[in-house]
Amino acid sequence: MMGFQIVLLWSDILIWLLVAAGVGLGVLIVRTPPLLSAWRNVGANRVGMASATVLLAFVLIGLLDSLHYRVALEGKPGQKTQYAVEVLSVLDALVTPLRTRNEKTYSEPFATRLYAKETVDVPGQGTVREYPRLKYGGKHLAEREDEVAADAGFTAFRAGVLAFLGWLAVAGIVSGVVGHGEAPGTGWRRIWRGETAFAWDAVLVTLALMLLVAVPLFWLSGQYHVFGTDKVGQDVLYQILKSVRTGLIIGLVTTLVMLPMAVLLGIVAGYYRGWVDDVIQYIYTVLNSIPGVLLIAAAVLMMQVVIDTHPQWFSTAAERADLRLLALCFILGITSWTGLCRLLRGETLKLRELEYIQAAQTFGVSSWRIIIRHILPNLMHIVIIALVMDFSGLVLAEAVLSYVGIGVDPTMTSFGTMINNARMELGREPVVWWSLTAAFAAMFILVLAANLFADAVRDAFDPRAA
Amino acid sequence: MLAYIVRRLLYALPILLGVNLITFALFFVVNTPDDMARMQLGVKRVTPEAIQKWKAERGYDKPLLLNAEAGGLAVLTETVFFQKSARMFVGDFGRAEDGRDIAREIGNRMGPSLAIALPTFILGLFVTVTFALTLAFFRASAFDFWGVVLCVAMMSISGLFYIIGGQYLISKVWRLVPISGYGGGLEAWRFLILPVLIGVVSGIGSSTRWYRTIFLEEVGKDYVRTARAKGLPETLVFFRHILRNALIPILTGVVVVIPLLFMGSLLTESFFGIPGLGSYTIDAINAQDFAVVRSMVFIGSVLYIVGLILTDISYTLVDPRIRFE
Amino acid sequence: MMLTVDRLRLGFAAGKRVLAAVDGISFSIAKGETFALLGESGCGKSVTAQGIMRLLPPAGRVLGGSVSMEGQSLLTLPEADMRAWRGGRMAMIFQEPATSLNPVLTVGQQIGEVLERHLGMTGAAATGRMVELLRQVGIADPERRLNEYPFQFSGGMKQRVMIAIALAGEPELLIADEPTTALDVTVQAQILDLLVRLQAERGMAILLITHDLGVVARMAHRIGVMYAGELVEVASREAFFSQPRHPYTQALFKALPDMSRRGQRLTTIPGQVPSLAAMPAGCRFAERCARVMPVCREQSPVWRDEQSHAVRCHWRDAGVDADAAGGGHEITDLSVSAGKEFLRVADLKVHFPIRKGLLQRTVGHVRAVDGLSLAILPGRTLALVGESGCGKTTVGKALLQLIPPTEGSVLLGGQPLVGLRGARLRSARRHMQMIFQDPFASLNPRLRVGEIIAEGMDALAVVGDARSRRETMAALLTQVGLPEEAIDRYPHEFSGGQRQRIAVARALAVQPSLLICDEPTSALDVSVQAQILNLLKKLQSELGVAYLFITHNFAVVEYLAHDIAVMYLGRIVERGRAEEVLRTPKHPYTQALLSAIPLPRLEGATAVIRLSGETPSPANPPSGCHFHPRCPHAMDVCRSRYPEPVDVTATQRVSCHLLP
Repeated sequence: MMGFQIVLLWSDILIWLLVAAGVGLGVLIVRTPPLLSAWRNVGANRVGMASATVLLAFVLIGLLDSLHYRVALEGKPGQKTQYAVEVLSVLDALVTPLRTRNEKTYSEPFATRLYAKETVDVPGQGTVREYPRLKYGGKHLAEREDEVAADAGFTAFRAGVLAFLGWLAVAGIVSGVVGHGEAPGTGWRRIWRGETAFAWDAVLVTLALMLLVAVPLFWLSGQYHVFGTDKVGQDVLYQILKSVRTGLIIGLVTTLVMLPMAVLLGIVAGYYRGWVDDVIQYIYTVLNSIPGVLLIAAAVLMMQVVIDTHPQWFSTAAERADLRLLALCFILGITSWTGLCRLLRGETLKLRELEYIQAAQTFGVSSWRIIIRHILPNLMHIVIIALVMDFSGLVLAEAVLSYVGIGVDPTMTSFGTMINNARMELGREPVVWWSLTAAFAAMFILVLAANLFADAVRDAFDPRAA
Repeated sequence: MLAYIVRRLLYALPILLGVNLITFALFFVVNTPDDMARMQLGVKRVTPEAIQKWKAERGYDKPLLLNAEAGGLAVLTETVFFQKSARMFVGDFGRAEDGRDIAREIGNRMGPSLAIALPTFILGLFVTVTFALTLAFFRASAFDFWGVVLCVAMMSISGLFYIIGGQYLISKVWRLVPISGYGGGLEAWRFLILPVLIGVVSGIGSSTRWYRTIFLEEVGKDYVRTARAKGLPETLVFFRHILRNALIPILTGVVVVIPLLFMGSLLTESFFGIPGLGSYTIDAINAQDFAVVRSMVFIGSVLYIVGLILTDISYTLVDPRIRFE
Repeated sequence: MMLTVDRLRLGFAAGKRVLAAVDGISFSIAKGETFALLGESGCGKSVTAQGIMRLLPPAGRVLGGSVSMEGQSLLTLPEADMRAWRGGRMAMIFQEPATSLNPVLTVGQQIGEVLERHLGMTGAAATGRMVELLRQVGIADPERRLNEYPFQFSGGMKQRVMIAIALAGEPELLIADEPTTALDVTVQAQILDLLVRLQAERGMAILLITHDLGVVARMAHRIGVMYAGELVEVASREAFFSQPRHPYTQALFKALPDMSRRGQRLTTIPGQVPSLAAMPAGCRFAERCARVMPVCREQSPVWRDEQSHAVRCHWRDAGVDADAAGGGHEITDLSVSAGKEFLRVADLKVHFPIRKGLLQRTVGHVRAVDGLSLAILPGRTLALVGESGCGKTTVGKALLQLIPPTEGSVLLGGQPLVGLRGARLRSARRHMQMIFQDPFASLNPRLRVGEIIAEGMDALAVVGDARSRRETMAALLTQVGLPEEAIDRYPHEFSGGQRQRIAVARALAVQPSLLICDEPTSALDVSVQAQILNLLKKLQSELGVAYLFITHNFAVVEYLAHDIAVMYLGRIVERGRAEEVLRTPKHPYTQALLSAIPLPRLEGATAVIRLSGETPSPANPPSGCHFHPRCPHAMDVCRSRYPEPVDVTATQRVSCHLLP
């Protein structure tokens, strides 16, 4: 039995706090009928629910990647246990083959040989320049290298059948729940005709598509590098999986960081007006007037100096990268709260003139109580819309910032660092296209799903802005 | 009106001072000049003397805010804040790490930046407003639906993809224009056409959707019903009534970025090797040239504030309610 | 007949279904005639107008029937041809002049458009015509005003511009959709006069859409009453006002508050209009009808036509005196003795600074309330009457210290209120509560009714433990006529009238001695308004609570006020007991206000005093007597000095130089 030590990175804590907050919010929504009815509208939106299903898959990957530990090194008995420097996550453990089976350098998707010629000693023929066989990709084929297509196709088919069976099981459970207490088959029929209040049809179709793509892909990834390998021979699929967490953290934690400040200052400025409003407006005009990228650049540069001059703060590289990621979230948060703050201020100005607020004032209800009971709940839809709308923008921004060199730590896998590392490869002859394509495609799916979901949420909460 | 503009200008001063203080705090208080020197020199070669020399060369060896040793006004002027931050107000940005005068460099690089940014801006505005107007005109039709789908898809694609994909396809595979570089004179268009095109395309998604929402909001207003009740054809309703009113919110978002066009685009310029301010900034970031980054932050906020004032002025042009009050 | 509407059915697409909002209505209008479509909100009267113009909103659908004008069927016309009719031979004016004009185009441009489109007129000819049009609708200095923008016009002037736009195409039919609902009563009188004059000059037909029986009496030649998407009664003006036949029409008349009903309960129409999605198969009014018979619920009545008076009802006994059915018993003792003063306001001023220029210096003040004194006696109702912008709402808020008064004193039972803070202000507020105008904005949509009512009780620590609290709330809800279960429901589940009841319950929860009612019924339909007025009267007689009733509606005042104070530009110009002010008004403004109200009677159109112009801005009130620019009796002294108040009787007090 190998011992291990649980590592709690700061970002892990925040992520799980977010999950807890999400669950808490869910409970609150279920208990508040007006909120529940708005979320029911989201649930009835087919596009919204399909994209939510996709997002959920991404979140699942991200969560698995947010449980970190360090493996105990084998030491002499009696000695204090030493732990490996490398911090691993549950996701790493689940996809160990992907993580460990590194080739020497570039190889194409489903390739059995490297992408570059090397000089090898062939017994009997002396040294020859040829494309060497991969250490892992297609190893099980041995000499039958030309059968890749047939072998992969057959494996994919088997996996597809399995995926279908799995989907049937899920769909069966869902239909049972939907048609609970009715004649057998009613559930199926109602889902099929789209008569359910919740868009189960969209969820099931999306799930079917996802399973049909994901299961064969992972099955094949045990034998091939399905997305190829990069310059140092690492599996691209593994990098994509690891990038998901970075994207999610940037997209979610940033909003979380700026949310309290934007909400508090926005409401206070709008409610109290006068000099409080003047001061808050001054602050956000000043912050707003510095072009975002430059402010981020300046702040990140300074943060880098702090990190570089204090190496003693971090016991592992993962911790350093993690802290830099969080710092980036904070910086992005500080530069992006002004928009939401201004929006909330304007809305509070309108709300405070409403008659139910004045009614509360005539009862002598204290200002803070009015803010919490009357104003905040009636601003929640704006906050929720801002949260989901910002997410996609932040994921895209991460890629750009990492490219510019002011993003996440270069050692941290993210869509941005992947693109940054791969962009020079387009200049090679023959061209190395798979890293970039995979990163862009994965990012596109994530952002598209987030955008569509954001639209569904906005439509449900704010029917005006269709 | 004039008093209004003057007041806006006066209001800009405390904001610029705030910007200055923030950048000063960021560059000199969060990290001391000693930290910067250590970082720049590299950890291995660092000695107290080297740090002193590095600081003296750049004028960072003075006290930060108050120079107690100096007399008279020099208490305030012989400081890092005054020399490095306050003097930016008069256009003195100091020297970059390579010893060149930053102000002159900025002047030289504005041209190429503008050559890319201005056509991108004008063409982009034209394309997106036209597209959005068309979508709003055919609202609730299949054309509108698929147009919006296209917009959402386009805004979900990373800006990097447009650049990398465009360069690869047009320059490398089709070999239509050079992949990067910049030349003066009439030949410049060959270098400019691709970045401009990519800049326009990458902005279509989000801008079109935004403008479309604005147009649709106007379509639902009472005065539009009045215009229809007059028997005006739908085209006239759109171009005379809706467009004029929709311009007001559109201006808020658009005019403010016009001055910022001088700053160029970080991504486009660095990918296409355009010697503008954007690539200057990126190079400075990569070389950790603090003086240049600081100057760009300052110029950026000045231009932003100019943009705000221009926005206010442009309001008075399109909105009679403001013009006459 | 010029316009004939035949079995017109209009609906709205809601999801996959189409709900009929107008269900088979037929009527016709002759040249030079005014036909009024009368009905409460949601009855489909505006949709009918939009359907005739083919200006339905995007979700609107024409489901059947026909509209023909001068023999041309309009509904089958291609859209391009229809545009020649719209704005040309038929024109429309709308309820909200403020939003119906394009804010960024000059008035000239907006009128010129029509001239160009329909008459092919441009250049100097068009300008000349525009000047003429503006002059016709009573706009002074038309040459200059052509180049002005809508925001430079006052509300009534905007509506005149709208009318000028409508007239520009020389229409034969003018559709006026609630043309005066958003305007003050003195301005309304001007606009109605204008419409009558223009009709006489041009021989136009007018289709008037309104909910106001008074406007109908003033304007219409024939009247059609709509209920839940159907016409239920069509009659000539004389027949309609002398003998309304449909139970719904009769109920509408009886629900109107009026001097003659002082002290009596108003007849109310129970229940609500059925929703579009659940229209009953039989008579649509059956559920609320006092004359309901079994046949009413089974089959929809057919038209019965007698001497140009058609009615759609199963009940035939039209001869019975209408008042026999309603409860006309006395419920309030109007002779409440004047006890000790409860609230005294002396020289109250609320000024809002106007800041301008480089340094945002205060260059002037909006004198919303400018030296107002009044006293409220326990158990009595003081009505504060005035037109929009006179500062009456500000008075209510200043009394509650929601807006800090600039000057003056507010004494509550001898205790000064101005400047109180914290706990002492809170305990003082317990004695005064407010009911607001908009029942939709005055309840927080995110709280349950129970939480809404409990808010005041909590804040002022009225009741202790949870059980007794719930009992108190239940008792309050019963008192305002709502079921006890309402405690656990949300505001959106209630109709406008029910929400206003909740607001009353919330105010009563802290057992105040004074309720400030700020236009509590102006957002409600007549039948619902009657319910709320009845409720307020009942509560007053039961609880002895005093009301400060802020309103612009004299009918409501006549019905329930003991005392009346008339406000103009931040000051009270006349006050006294209700009978005195209503029967023998002394101030020219009060006289004009009273005569401007269109009365829902045949002899209603007897108004003699017409005020010119509109209320000036309180930022820059006229010198001397504020009213002199509009006053028909203005003298030199009026321009230089504000009149001191004069006691006409022991209770009536007037500020006017006309009085000795």
